[in-house]
Amino acid sequence: MMAGLLTAEWTKIRSVRSTLWSLLAFVVVAVGFSALIALVISNTWNSPGNHPNHLRLLEDPTEVLFGAGLGLGQLAICVLGVIVMSSEYSTGAIRASLLAVPRRIPMLAAKAIVFALLDLVVSAIVVFAVFFISTAILRSHVSITLSEPGVTRACIGGILYLTVLGLFALAIGGLIRHTAGAVATVIALVLVVPPLITLIPGTLANHIHGYLPTVAGQLVAQSSQQPADVLSAWQGFGVFCLWTIVLLGVSGWLLVRRDA
Amino acid sequence: MVSVADAPGLVVARDLTKRFGPKVAVDRLSFTVEPGRVTGFLGPNGAGKSTTMRLITGLDRPDGGTATIGGVAYGQLAKPLTRVGALLEARSVHPGRSARNHLLFLAQTQGLPAKRADEVLDLVGLREVANKRAGGFSLGMTQRLGIAAAMLGDPPVLMLDEPVNGLDPEGIRWVRTFMRQLASEGRTIFVSSHLMSEMAVTADYLVVIGRGRLIADSSTDDFIARSSERSVLVRSPDTARLRELITGNGGAVQETEGDGGLVVTGLPAPRIGELAASAALVLHELTPRLPSLEEAFMELTADSVEYGKVEHGKVEHGKVEHGKVEHGKVEHDTGSAS
Repeated sequence: MMAGLLTAEWTKIRSVRSTLWSLLAFVVVAVGFSALIALVISNTWNSPGNHPNHLRLLEDPTEVLFGAGLGLGQLAICVLGVIVMSSEYSTGAIRASLLAVPRRIPMLAAKAIVFALLDLVVSAIVVFAVFFISTAILRSHVSITLSEPGVTRACIGGILYLTVLGLFALAIGGLIRHTAGAVATVIALVLVVPPLITLIPGTLANHIHGYLPTVAGQLVAQSSQQPADVLSAWQGFGVFCLWTIVLLGVSGWLLVRRDA
Repeated sequence: MVSVADAPGLVVARDLTKRFGPKVAVDRLSFTVEPGRVTGFLGPNGAGKSTTMRLITGLDRPDGGTATIGGVAYGQLAKPLTRVGALLEARSVHPGRSARNHLLFLAQTQGLPAKRADEVLDLVGLREVANKRAGGFSLGMTQRLGIAAAMLGDPPVLMLDEPVNGLDPEGIRWVRTFMRQLASEGRTIFVSSHLMSEMAVTADYLVVIGRGRLIADSSTDDFIARSSERSVLVRSPDTARLRELITGNGGAVQETEGDGGLVVTGLPAPRIGELAASAALVLHELTPRLPSLEEAFMELTADSVEYGKVEHGKVEHGKVEHGKVEHGKVEHDTGSAS
Protein backbone atom coordinates (compact mmCIF):
# COMPACT_ATOMS: atom_id res chain seq x y z
CA MET A 1 0.00 0.00 0.00
CA MET A 2 2.68 2.48 1.05
CA ALA A 3 4.78 1.46 -1.99
CA GLY A 4 1.85 2.40 -4.21
CA LEU A 5 1.52 5.77 -2.50
CA LEU A 6 5.24 6.48 -2.91
CA THR A 7 5.16 5.55 -6.61
CA ALA A 8 2.09 7.71 -7.08
CA GLU A 9 3.72 10.73 -5.40
CA TRP A 10 6.80 10.22 -7.56
CA THR A 11 4.58 10.20 -10.66
CA LYS A 12 2.94 13.42 -9.46
CA ILE A 13 6.17 15.24 -8.75
CA ARG A 14 7.95 14.24 -11.96
CA SER A 15 4.97 14.95 -14.21
CA VAL A 16 4.75 18.71 -13.68
CA ARG A 17 7.14 21.22 -15.15
CA SER A 18 7.45 23.32 -11.99
CA THR A 19 9.60 20.55 -10.47
CA LEU A 20 12.09 20.59 -13.32
CA TRP A 21 12.24 24.38 -13.49
CA SER A 22 12.69 24.84 -9.73
CA LEU A 23 15.47 22.25 -9.56
CA LEU A 24 17.14 23.70 -12.64
CA ALA A 25 17.01 27.17 -11.07
CA PHE A 26 18.47 25.70 -7.88
CA VAL A 27 21.41 24.08 -9.67
CA VAL A 28 22.17 27.04 -11.94
CA VAL A 29 21.90 29.71 -9.24
CA ALA A 30 23.79 27.73 -6.59
CA VAL A 31 26.65 26.54 -8.79
CA GLY A 32 26.77 29.72 -10.87
CA PHE A 33 26.91 32.18 -7.99
CA SER A 34 29.41 30.12 -6.03
CA ALA A 35 31.70 29.93 -9.04
CA LEU A 36 31.29 33.65 -9.64
CA ILE A 37 32.21 34.53 -6.05
CA ALA A 38 35.21 32.17 -6.17
CA LEU A 39 36.38 33.80 -9.40
CA VAL A 40 36.04 37.29 -7.92
CA ILE A 41 38.00 36.30 -4.82
CA SER A 42 40.63 34.59 -6.95
CA ASN A 43 41.07 37.49 -9.36
CA THR A 44 41.34 40.10 -6.61
CA TRP A 45 43.48 37.92 -4.37
CA ASN A 46 46.49 40.25 -4.34
CA SER A 47 44.62 43.52 -4.36
CA PRO A 48 44.65 45.47 -1.11
CA GLY A 49 41.48 45.15 0.97
CA ASN A 50 40.86 41.51 0.16
CA HIS A 51 42.47 40.45 3.40
CA PRO A 52 39.16 39.71 5.23
CA ASN A 53 38.26 37.14 2.58
CA HIS A 54 41.57 35.37 3.11
CA LEU A 55 40.97 35.21 6.83
CA ARG A 56 37.40 33.95 6.44
CA LEU A 57 38.51 31.32 3.96
CA LEU A 58 41.02 30.00 6.46
CA GLU A 59 38.68 30.21 9.46
CA ASP A 60 35.51 28.79 7.91
CA PRO A 61 36.09 27.88 4.27
CA THR A 62 32.61 26.48 3.60
CA GLU A 63 30.92 29.67 4.79
CA VAL A 64 32.60 31.56 1.95
CA LEU A 65 32.14 28.75 -0.55
CA PHE A 66 28.47 28.06 0.21
CA GLY A 67 27.31 31.49 1.41
CA ALA A 68 26.30 33.23 -1.78
CA GLY A 69 25.35 30.37 -4.07
CA LEU A 70 23.47 28.18 -1.63
CA GLY A 71 22.08 31.21 0.18
CA LEU A 72 20.32 32.26 -3.00
CA GLY A 73 19.78 28.81 -4.48
CA GLN A 74 17.95 27.64 -1.35
CA LEU A 75 15.06 29.91 -2.33
CA ALA A 76 14.30 27.61 -5.28
CA ILE A 77 14.03 24.71 -2.82
CA CYS A 78 11.69 26.83 -0.66
CA VAL A 79 9.48 27.55 -3.67
CA LEU A 80 9.43 23.92 -4.83
CA GLY A 81 8.65 22.66 -1.32
CA VAL A 82 5.67 25.01 -1.10
CA ILE A 83 4.42 24.22 -4.62
CA VAL A 84 4.56 20.45 -4.13
CA MET A 85 1.85 20.87 -1.50
CA SER A 86 -0.01 24.08 -2.36
CA SER A 87 -0.44 23.29 -6.07
CA GLU A 88 -2.69 20.40 -5.05
CA TYR A 89 -5.07 22.99 -3.62
CA SER A 90 -4.67 25.74 -6.20
CA THR A 91 -5.34 23.33 -9.08
CA GLY A 92 -8.06 21.26 -7.38
CA ALA A 93 -5.96 18.12 -7.84
CA ILE A 94 -6.29 17.59 -4.08
CA ARG A 95 -9.83 16.28 -4.69
CA ALA A 96 -8.58 13.57 -7.05
CA SER A 97 -5.74 12.79 -4.62
CA LEU A 98 -7.98 12.45 -1.59
CA LEU A 99 -10.67 10.46 -3.41
CA ALA A 100 -7.91 7.96 -4.21
CA VAL A 101 -6.30 8.15 -0.75
CA PRO A 102 -8.92 9.19 1.79
CA ARG A 103 -6.48 8.49 4.65
CA ARG A 104 -4.75 11.80 4.44
CA ILE A 105 -1.75 11.32 6.74
CA PRO A 106 -0.26 8.47 4.65
CA MET A 107 -0.66 10.67 1.56
CA LEU A 108 1.18 13.55 3.26
CA ALA A 109 3.86 11.16 4.52
CA ALA A 110 4.40 9.66 1.06
CA LYS A 111 4.61 13.13 -0.47
CA ALA A 112 7.12 14.29 2.17
CA ILE A 113 9.30 11.18 1.76
CA VAL A 114 9.41 11.37 -2.05
CA PHE A 115 10.14 15.09 -2.07
CA ALA A 116 12.79 14.76 0.66
CA LEU A 117 14.60 12.02 -1.29
CA LEU A 118 14.55 14.07 -4.50
CA ASP A 119 15.72 17.14 -2.58
CA LEU A 120 18.48 15.07 -0.90
CA VAL A 121 19.84 13.72 -4.18
CA VAL A 122 19.80 17.06 -6.00
CA SER A 123 21.26 18.88 -2.97
CA ALA A 124 24.08 16.34 -2.71
CA ILE A 125 24.98 16.92 -6.35
CA VAL A 126 24.78 20.70 -5.94
CA VAL A 127 26.74 20.92 -2.67
CA PHE A 128 29.63 18.77 -3.92
CA ALA A 129 29.59 20.53 -7.30
CA VAL A 130 29.82 23.89 -5.52
CA PHE A 131 32.59 22.63 -3.26
CA PHE A 132 34.77 21.12 -5.97
CA ILE A 133 34.26 23.86 -8.55
CA SER A 134 34.94 26.65 -6.04
CA THR A 135 38.02 25.00 -4.54
CA ALA A 136 39.34 24.27 -8.02
CA ILE A 137 39.02 27.95 -8.92
CA LEU A 138 40.84 28.99 -5.71
CA ARG A 139 43.48 26.26 -5.86
CA SER A 140 46.32 28.54 -6.95
CA HIS A 141 45.86 30.66 -3.79
CA VAL A 142 44.57 28.38 -1.09
CA SER A 143 44.12 24.65 -0.70
CA ILE A 144 40.83 23.55 0.82
CA THR A 145 40.15 19.82 0.97
CA LEU A 146 37.49 17.57 2.48
CA SER A 147 40.04 16.32 5.01
CA GLU A 148 40.32 19.65 6.77
CA PRO A 149 38.55 19.86 10.12
CA GLY A 150 34.83 20.29 9.82
CA VAL A 151 34.74 20.54 6.04
CA THR A 152 33.26 17.11 5.25
CA ARG A 153 30.76 17.58 8.05
CA ALA A 154 29.85 21.00 6.65
CA CYS A 155 29.25 19.54 3.18
CA ILE A 156 27.04 16.76 4.52
CA GLY A 157 25.44 19.34 6.81
CA GLY A 158 24.66 21.56 3.82
CA ILE A 159 22.93 18.66 2.06
CA LEU A 160 20.92 17.82 5.18
CA TYR A 161 20.01 21.48 5.73
CA LEU A 162 18.68 21.83 2.17
CA THR A 163 16.70 18.60 2.53
CA VAL A 164 15.04 19.65 5.79
CA LEU A 165 14.47 23.14 4.34
CA GLY A 166 12.40 21.56 1.57
CA LEU A 167 10.24 19.77 4.14
CA PHE A 168 9.96 22.99 6.18
CA ALA A 169 8.60 24.76 3.07
CA LEU A 170 6.31 21.82 2.26
CA ALA A 171 4.82 21.98 5.76
CA ILE A 172 4.12 25.71 5.40
CA GLY A 173 2.62 25.07 1.95
CA GLY A 174 0.24 22.62 3.64
CA LEU A 175 -0.62 25.12 6.39
CA ILE A 176 -1.28 28.11 4.16
CA ARG A 177 -2.47 26.27 1.00
CA HIS A 178 -2.04 29.37 -1.19
CA THR A 179 1.16 29.31 -3.21
CA ALA A 180 1.89 33.05 -3.11
CA GLY A 181 1.15 33.43 0.58
CA ALA A 182 3.15 30.36 1.52
CA VAL A 183 6.16 31.29 -0.62
CA ALA A 184 6.15 34.79 0.87
CA THR A 185 5.98 33.35 4.38
CA VAL A 186 8.83 30.90 3.86
CA ILE A 187 11.08 33.50 2.25
CA ALA A 188 10.30 35.96 5.03
CA LEU A 189 11.26 33.32 7.61
CA VAL A 190 14.49 32.48 5.76
CA LEU A 191 15.67 35.90 4.60
CA VAL A 192 13.81 38.71 6.36
CA VAL A 193 13.10 37.73 9.95
CA PRO A 194 16.67 36.73 11.02
CA PRO A 195 18.34 40.10 10.20
CA LEU A 196 15.38 41.98 11.71
CA ILE A 197 15.79 40.13 15.01
CA THR A 198 19.47 41.03 15.17
CA LEU A 199 18.48 44.71 15.13
CA ILE A 200 16.92 44.28 18.57
CA PRO A 201 19.57 45.02 21.20
CA GLY A 202 20.21 42.62 24.10
CA THR A 203 21.19 39.01 24.65
CA LEU A 204 17.57 37.76 24.56
CA ALA A 205 17.26 38.85 20.93
CA ASN A 206 20.56 37.10 20.25
CA HIS A 207 19.15 33.88 21.69
CA ILE A 208 15.88 34.17 19.79
CA HIS A 209 17.90 34.73 16.63
CA GLY A 210 19.97 31.63 17.34
CA TYR A 211 16.89 29.44 17.63
CA LEU A 212 15.19 30.67 14.44
CA PRO A 213 14.66 27.68 12.12
CA THR A 214 17.07 28.45 9.31
CA VAL A 215 19.60 30.29 11.48
CA ALA A 216 19.89 27.18 13.64
CA GLY A 217 19.75 24.87 10.63
CA GLN A 218 22.58 26.56 8.74
CA LEU A 219 25.07 26.02 11.60
CA VAL A 220 25.65 22.45 10.48
CA ALA A 221 26.78 23.71 7.05
CA GLN A 222 29.64 25.84 8.45
CA SER A 223 32.96 24.19 9.14
CA SER A 224 33.80 25.90 12.42
CA GLN A 225 31.93 27.36 15.36
CA GLN A 226 31.71 31.16 15.38
CA PRO A 227 31.82 33.19 18.62
CA ALA A 228 28.30 34.58 18.09
CA ASP A 229 26.70 31.15 17.60
CA VAL A 230 24.29 30.21 20.37
CA LEU A 231 24.16 26.53 19.42
CA SER A 232 26.64 23.95 18.19
CA ALA A 233 26.37 22.62 14.64
CA TRP A 234 24.34 19.50 15.43
CA GLN A 235 22.31 21.21 18.17
CA GLY A 236 21.32 23.79 15.58
CA PHE A 237 20.36 21.13 13.07
CA GLY A 238 18.31 19.40 15.78
CA VAL A 239 16.44 22.64 16.50
CA PHE A 240 15.72 23.07 12.76
CA CYS A 241 14.45 19.47 12.54
CA LEU A 242 12.24 20.08 15.56
CA TRP A 243 10.69 23.16 13.95
CA THR A 244 10.07 21.17 10.79
CA ILE A 245 8.58 18.16 12.58
CA VAL A 246 6.22 20.40 14.56
CA LEU A 247 5.10 22.27 11.42
CA LEU A 248 4.61 19.00 9.52
CA GLY A 249 2.59 17.71 12.45
CA VAL A 250 0.33 20.78 12.49
CA SER A 251 0.07 20.58 8.71
CA GLY A 252 -1.01 16.93 8.92
CA TRP A 253 -3.48 17.65 11.70
CA LEU A 254 -5.05 20.46 9.67
CA LEU A 255 -5.09 18.28 6.55
CA VAL A 256 -7.23 15.77 8.43
CA ARG A 257 -9.41 18.41 10.06
CA ARG A 258 -10.09 20.72 7.14
CA ASP A 259 -12.48 20.13 4.27
CA ALA A 260 -10.62 19.60 1.04
CA MET B 1 -36.08 -2.53 1.70
CA VAL B 2 -35.01 -5.56 -0.29
CA SER B 3 -31.29 -4.99 -0.41
CA VAL B 4 -28.88 -6.02 2.27
CA ALA B 5 -27.20 -2.98 3.80
CA ASP B 6 -23.72 -4.18 2.92
CA ALA B 7 -24.29 -5.02 -0.74
CA PRO B 8 -21.26 -3.43 -2.41
CA GLY B 9 -23.37 -1.16 -4.58
CA LEU B 10 -25.58 0.28 -1.88
CA VAL B 11 -25.06 3.92 -0.92
CA VAL B 12 -26.75 4.92 2.32
CA ALA B 13 -26.91 8.39 3.86
CA ARG B 14 -28.22 8.62 7.41
CA ASP B 15 -29.02 12.00 8.97
CA LEU B 16 -26.16 13.66 7.11
CA THR B 17 -25.67 17.19 8.37
CA LYS B 18 -23.19 19.85 7.31
CA ARG B 19 -22.98 23.44 8.46
CA PHE B 20 -20.90 26.21 6.95
CA GLY B 21 -20.88 28.80 9.69
CA PRO B 22 -24.50 29.64 10.50
CA LYS B 23 -25.75 28.19 7.21
CA VAL B 24 -27.01 24.62 7.25
CA ALA B 25 -26.03 23.23 3.85
CA VAL B 26 -27.20 19.66 4.45
CA ASP B 27 -29.85 19.06 7.06
CA ARG B 28 -30.38 15.55 8.51
CA LEU B 29 -30.48 14.09 5.04
CA SER B 30 -31.29 10.38 4.74
CA PHE B 31 -31.66 8.36 1.57
CA THR B 32 -30.59 5.13 -0.08
CA VAL B 33 -29.22 4.70 -3.57
CA GLU B 34 -29.66 1.23 -5.00
CA PRO B 35 -27.75 -0.71 -7.64
CA GLY B 36 -28.98 -1.42 -11.14
CA ARG B 37 -30.58 1.88 -11.86
CA VAL B 38 -29.80 5.52 -12.50
CA THR B 39 -30.74 7.60 -9.49
CA GLY B 40 -31.04 11.29 -10.22
CA PHE B 41 -30.07 13.73 -7.50
CA LEU B 42 -32.14 16.83 -8.10
CA GLY B 43 -32.39 20.16 -6.42
CA PRO B 44 -32.20 23.87 -7.12
CA ASN B 45 -28.79 25.52 -7.16
CA GLY B 46 -27.43 25.71 -3.64
CA ALA B 47 -29.70 22.91 -2.39
CA GLY B 48 -26.68 20.97 -1.13
CA LYS B 49 -26.21 18.36 -3.87
CA SER B 50 -22.48 18.84 -4.29
CA THR B 51 -21.92 19.11 -0.56
CA THR B 52 -23.81 15.84 -0.03
CA MET B 53 -21.58 14.10 -2.57
CA ARG B 54 -18.48 15.56 -0.92
CA LEU B 55 -19.72 14.27 2.44
CA ILE B 56 -20.30 10.76 1.04
CA THR B 57 -16.79 10.66 -0.45
CA GLY B 58 -15.14 12.05 2.68
CA LEU B 59 -13.82 15.26 1.13
CA ASP B 60 -15.88 17.19 3.68
CA ARG B 61 -16.42 16.12 7.27
CA PRO B 62 -20.07 15.88 8.25
CA ASP B 63 -21.20 17.70 11.40
CA GLY B 64 -23.57 14.82 12.02
CA GLY B 65 -24.81 11.59 10.51
CA THR B 66 -23.06 8.96 8.44
CA ALA B 67 -22.69 7.88 4.84
CA THR B 68 -21.68 4.39 3.80
CA ILE B 69 -20.92 2.59 0.57
CA GLY B 70 -21.60 -1.11 0.82
CA GLY B 71 -21.84 -0.62 4.58
CA VAL B 72 -18.41 1.02 4.88
CA ALA B 73 -17.56 4.70 5.31
CA TYR B 74 -15.56 6.06 2.35
CA GLY B 75 -12.56 6.85 4.53
CA GLN B 76 -12.34 3.21 5.60
CA LEU B 77 -12.24 1.78 2.07
CA ALA B 78 -8.83 0.25 1.36
CA LYS B 79 -8.84 0.85 -2.39
CA PRO B 80 -11.68 3.36 -2.72
CA LEU B 81 -11.44 3.82 -6.50
CA THR B 82 -12.26 0.13 -6.98
CA ARG B 83 -15.44 0.63 -4.93
CA VAL B 84 -16.65 4.10 -5.89
CA GLY B 85 -15.89 6.22 -8.92
CA ALA B 86 -16.64 9.89 -8.41
CA LEU B 87 -16.72 12.84 -10.75
CA LEU B 88 -17.18 15.75 -8.40
CA GLU B 89 -15.75 18.84 -10.03
CA ALA B 90 -14.18 19.07 -13.44
CA ARG B 91 -11.37 21.12 -11.94
CA SER B 92 -9.72 18.25 -10.10
CA VAL B 93 -6.70 17.91 -12.34
CA HIS B 94 -3.33 19.66 -12.27
CA PRO B 95 -3.34 21.66 -15.54
CA GLY B 96 0.36 20.97 -16.06
CA ARG B 97 -0.02 17.20 -15.85
CA SER B 98 -0.89 15.06 -18.86
CA ALA B 99 -4.14 13.13 -18.89
CA ARG B 100 -2.21 9.87 -18.82
CA ASN B 101 -0.02 10.87 -15.87
CA HIS B 102 -3.09 12.02 -13.95
CA LEU B 103 -4.69 8.59 -14.41
CA LEU B 104 -1.36 6.83 -13.86
CA PHE B 105 -0.78 8.26 -10.39
CA LEU B 106 -4.38 7.49 -9.43
CA ALA B 107 -3.90 3.88 -10.64
CA GLN B 108 -0.69 3.58 -8.63
CA THR B 109 -2.44 4.59 -5.40
CA GLN B 110 -4.83 1.67 -5.90
CA GLY B 111 -2.20 -0.85 -6.96
CA LEU B 112 -3.79 -0.99 -10.43
CA PRO B 113 -1.63 -1.74 -13.48
CA ALA B 114 -0.54 1.24 -15.61
CA LYS B 115 -2.35 -0.19 -18.65
CA ARG B 116 -5.61 0.55 -16.85
CA ALA B 117 -4.96 4.26 -17.50
CA ASP B 118 -4.81 3.59 -21.25
CA GLU B 119 -7.95 1.45 -21.10
CA VAL B 120 -10.06 4.19 -19.55
CA LEU B 121 -8.57 6.77 -21.94
CA ASP B 122 -9.84 4.55 -24.78
CA LEU B 123 -13.18 4.22 -23.03
CA VAL B 124 -13.78 7.99 -23.00
CA GLY B 125 -12.09 8.66 -26.35
CA LEU B 126 -9.11 10.64 -25.07
CA ARG B 127 -6.35 8.28 -26.27
CA GLU B 128 -5.08 10.75 -28.86
CA VAL B 129 -4.53 13.52 -26.31
CA ALA B 130 -3.25 11.19 -23.56
CA ASN B 131 0.11 12.92 -23.37
CA LYS B 132 -1.21 16.47 -23.70
CA ARG B 133 -1.34 18.72 -20.65
CA ALA B 134 -4.82 18.69 -19.11
CA GLY B 135 -4.75 22.49 -18.80
CA GLY B 136 -5.28 22.77 -22.54
CA PHE B 137 -8.41 20.62 -22.54
CA SER B 138 -11.86 21.96 -23.32
CA LEU B 139 -14.50 21.65 -20.61
CA GLY B 140 -15.94 18.66 -22.46
CA MET B 141 -12.57 16.90 -22.60
CA THR B 142 -11.96 17.69 -18.93
CA GLN B 143 -15.32 16.10 -18.08
CA ARG B 144 -14.35 13.03 -20.08
CA LEU B 145 -11.06 12.84 -18.20
CA GLY B 146 -13.02 13.04 -14.94
CA ILE B 147 -15.23 10.18 -16.09
CA ALA B 148 -12.12 8.21 -17.07
CA ALA B 149 -10.77 8.73 -13.54
CA ALA B 150 -14.10 7.59 -12.08
CA MET B 151 -14.01 4.40 -14.20
CA LEU B 152 -10.36 3.64 -13.42
CA GLY B 153 -11.06 1.08 -10.71
CA ASP B 154 -14.06 -0.44 -12.54
CA PRO B 155 -16.20 0.37 -9.47
CA PRO B 156 -19.70 -0.92 -8.71
CA VAL B 157 -20.77 2.60 -7.70
CA LEU B 158 -20.50 5.82 -9.69
CA MET B 159 -21.25 9.26 -8.31
CA LEU B 160 -21.35 12.00 -10.91
CA ASP B 161 -21.92 15.65 -10.07
CA GLU B 162 -23.39 17.48 -13.07
CA PRO B 163 -21.57 15.25 -15.60
CA VAL B 164 -23.11 16.85 -18.70
CA ASN B 165 -22.07 20.37 -17.72
CA GLY B 166 -20.27 21.97 -20.61
CA LEU B 167 -20.82 19.07 -22.98
CA ASP B 168 -22.15 19.49 -26.50
CA PRO B 169 -25.31 17.58 -27.52
CA GLU B 170 -23.25 14.66 -28.75
CA GLY B 171 -21.35 14.55 -25.46
CA ILE B 172 -24.59 14.71 -23.49
CA ARG B 173 -25.95 11.74 -25.46
CA TRP B 174 -22.74 9.87 -24.87
CA VAL B 175 -22.90 10.38 -21.09
CA ARG B 176 -26.59 9.45 -21.02
CA THR B 177 -26.05 6.21 -22.93
CA PHE B 178 -22.98 5.46 -20.85
CA MET B 179 -24.87 5.84 -17.56
CA ARG B 180 -27.77 3.71 -18.76
CA GLN B 181 -25.39 1.00 -19.88
CA LEU B 182 -23.51 1.00 -16.57
CA ALA B 183 -26.80 0.79 -14.67
CA SER B 184 -27.91 -2.14 -16.83
CA GLU B 185 -24.67 -3.90 -15.83
CA GLY B 186 -25.99 -3.73 -12.27
CA ARG B 187 -23.94 -0.76 -11.08
CA THR B 188 -25.20 2.02 -8.87
CA ILE B 189 -25.38 5.33 -10.71
CA PHE B 190 -25.96 8.41 -8.60
CA VAL B 191 -26.03 11.50 -10.75
CA SER B 192 -26.80 15.07 -9.79
CA SER B 193 -28.19 17.62 -12.15
CA HIS B 194 -30.19 20.79 -12.21
CA LEU B 195 -31.28 19.98 -15.78
CA MET B 196 -34.76 18.53 -15.35
CA SER B 197 -35.15 17.51 -18.98
CA GLU B 198 -31.90 15.56 -18.72
CA MET B 199 -33.02 13.72 -15.59
CA ALA B 200 -36.44 12.97 -17.07
CA VAL B 201 -34.84 10.86 -19.81
CA THR B 202 -31.94 9.44 -17.77
CA ALA B 203 -33.07 8.72 -14.23
CA ASP B 204 -35.25 5.82 -13.15
CA TYR B 205 -35.36 7.06 -9.63
CA LEU B 206 -35.06 10.46 -7.98
CA VAL B 207 -33.72 11.85 -4.76
CA VAL B 208 -34.91 15.45 -4.61
CA ILE B 209 -33.57 17.92 -2.07
CA GLY B 210 -34.13 21.57 -1.32
CA ARG B 211 -32.31 23.66 1.28
CA GLY B 212 -30.35 20.60 2.29
CA ARG B 213 -33.44 18.58 3.15
CA LEU B 214 -35.08 15.64 1.49
CA ILE B 215 -38.17 16.57 -0.52
CA ALA B 216 -38.82 13.37 -2.41
CA ASP B 217 -37.34 9.92 -2.74
CA SER B 218 -39.31 8.05 -5.37
CA SER B 219 -39.34 6.71 -8.90
CA THR B 220 -39.34 9.37 -11.61
CA ASP B 221 -42.83 8.30 -12.77
CA ASP B 222 -44.29 8.47 -9.27
CA PHE B 223 -42.67 11.82 -8.69
CA ILE B 224 -44.36 13.29 -11.75
CA ALA B 225 -47.68 11.55 -11.08
CA ARG B 226 -47.78 12.86 -7.53
CA SER B 227 -47.70 16.42 -8.68
CA SER B 228 -51.11 18.07 -8.41
CA GLU B 229 -50.51 20.32 -11.35
CA ARG B 230 -52.50 18.58 -14.13
CA SER B 231 -53.76 20.18 -17.27
CA VAL B 232 -55.81 19.35 -20.36
CA LEU B 233 -55.00 20.43 -23.89
CA VAL B 234 -58.17 21.34 -25.82
CA ARG B 235 -58.65 22.47 -29.39
CA SER B 236 -61.78 23.70 -31.03
CA PRO B 237 -62.50 25.61 -34.26
CA ASP B 238 -64.39 28.10 -32.06
CA THR B 239 -61.73 29.04 -29.53
CA ALA B 240 -63.58 32.08 -28.22
CA ARG B 241 -66.71 30.11 -27.19
CA LEU B 242 -64.62 27.33 -25.73
CA ARG B 243 -62.73 29.80 -23.59
CA GLU B 244 -65.97 31.35 -22.37
CA LEU B 245 -67.41 27.95 -21.58
CA ILE B 246 -64.41 26.88 -19.53
CA THR B 247 -63.90 30.08 -17.57
CA GLY B 248 -67.63 30.18 -16.94
CA ASN B 249 -67.40 26.76 -15.27
CA GLY B 250 -64.47 27.48 -13.01
CA GLY B 251 -61.54 26.46 -15.20
CA ALA B 252 -58.48 28.51 -16.01
CA VAL B 253 -57.27 28.90 -19.55
CA GLN B 254 -53.92 29.52 -21.08
CA GLU B 255 -53.41 29.78 -24.80
CA THR B 256 -50.71 27.66 -26.40
CA GLU B 257 -48.38 29.49 -28.64
CA GLY B 258 -49.87 30.38 -32.00
CA ASP B 259 -51.77 27.21 -32.86
CA GLY B 260 -55.04 28.00 -31.17
CA GLY B 261 -54.87 25.29 -28.52
CA LEU B 262 -55.97 25.97 -24.95
CA VAL B 263 -54.31 24.57 -21.85
CA VAL B 264 -56.97 24.16 -19.21
CA THR B 265 -56.36 23.76 -15.52
CA GLY B 266 -58.96 23.29 -12.84
CA LEU B 267 -61.27 21.09 -14.89
CA PRO B 268 -60.74 17.40 -15.63
CA ALA B 269 -60.87 16.20 -19.26
CA PRO B 270 -64.24 14.31 -18.98
CA ARG B 271 -65.90 17.40 -17.53
CA ILE B 272 -64.61 19.56 -20.39
CA GLY B 273 -65.94 16.99 -22.89
CA GLU B 274 -69.35 17.01 -21.25
CA LEU B 275 -69.50 20.80 -21.18
CA ALA B 276 -68.59 20.99 -24.87
CA ALA B 277 -71.21 18.36 -25.80
CA SER B 278 -73.98 20.10 -23.92
CA ALA B 279 -73.04 23.38 -25.66
CA ALA B 280 -72.87 21.60 -29.06
CA LEU B 281 -69.28 22.75 -29.46
CA VAL B 282 -66.97 20.83 -31.77
CA LEU B 283 -63.70 19.69 -30.20
CA HIS B 284 -60.68 18.68 -32.29
CA GLU B 285 -58.53 17.61 -29.40
CA LEU B 286 -58.97 16.77 -25.74
CA THR B 287 -55.74 15.54 -24.18
CA PRO B 288 -55.07 15.17 -20.45
CA ARG B 289 -51.47 16.11 -19.76
CA LEU B 290 -49.16 15.07 -16.97
CA PRO B 291 -46.84 17.83 -15.86
CA SER B 292 -43.28 17.66 -17.09
CA LEU B 293 -40.63 16.70 -14.58
CA GLU B 294 -39.65 20.33 -14.56
CA GLU B 295 -43.15 21.47 -13.60
CA ALA B 296 -43.41 18.80 -10.93
CA PHE B 297 -40.02 19.81 -9.62
CA MET B 298 -40.86 23.51 -9.56
CA GLU B 299 -44.07 22.80 -7.69
CA LEU B 300 -42.38 20.66 -5.06
CA THR B 301 -39.41 22.91 -4.55
CA ALA B 302 -41.16 26.27 -4.86
CA ASP B 303 -40.92 26.79 -1.14
CA SER B 304 -37.41 25.55 -0.73
CA VAL B 305 -35.66 27.55 -3.37
CA GLU B 306 -32.55 29.14 -1.98
CA TYR B 307 -33.63 32.74 -2.47
CA GLY B 308 -37.11 31.98 -1.13
CA LYS B 309 -38.94 34.30 -3.48
CA VAL B 310 -41.26 33.81 -6.39
CA GLU B 311 -42.44 36.35 -8.85
CA HIS B 312 -45.19 38.67 -7.68
CA GLY B 313 -45.26 37.21 -4.24
CA LYS B 314 -43.53 36.26 -1.08
CA VAL B 315 -43.10 32.68 -0.07
CA GLU B 316 -43.05 31.60 3.48
CA HIS B 317 -40.94 28.55 3.60
CA GLY B 318 -42.91 25.36 3.81
CA LYS B 319 -42.10 22.71 6.30
CA VAL B 320 -40.32 19.99 4.43
CA GLU B 321 -39.67 16.75 6.13
CA HIS B 322 -38.43 13.39 5.03
CA GLY B 323 -40.34 12.81 1.85
CA LYS B 324 -43.43 14.76 2.75
CA VAL B 325 -44.29 18.20 1.67
CA GLU B 326 -46.56 20.71 3.28
CA HIS B 327 -46.91 23.56 0.93
CA GLY B 328 -45.74 26.90 2.11
CA LYS B 329 -48.21 29.69 2.32
CA VAL B 330 -47.97 32.13 -0.50
CA GLU B 331 -48.82 35.61 0.52
CA HIS B 332 -49.38 37.82 -2.44
CA ASP B 333 -48.24 41.34 -2.14
CA THR B 334 -51.25 43.46 -2.91
CA GLY B 335 -49.39 46.50 -3.98
CA SER B 336 -48.74 47.81 -0.52
CA ALA B 337 -45.15 48.47 0.29
CA SER B 338 -43.95 46.16 3.02
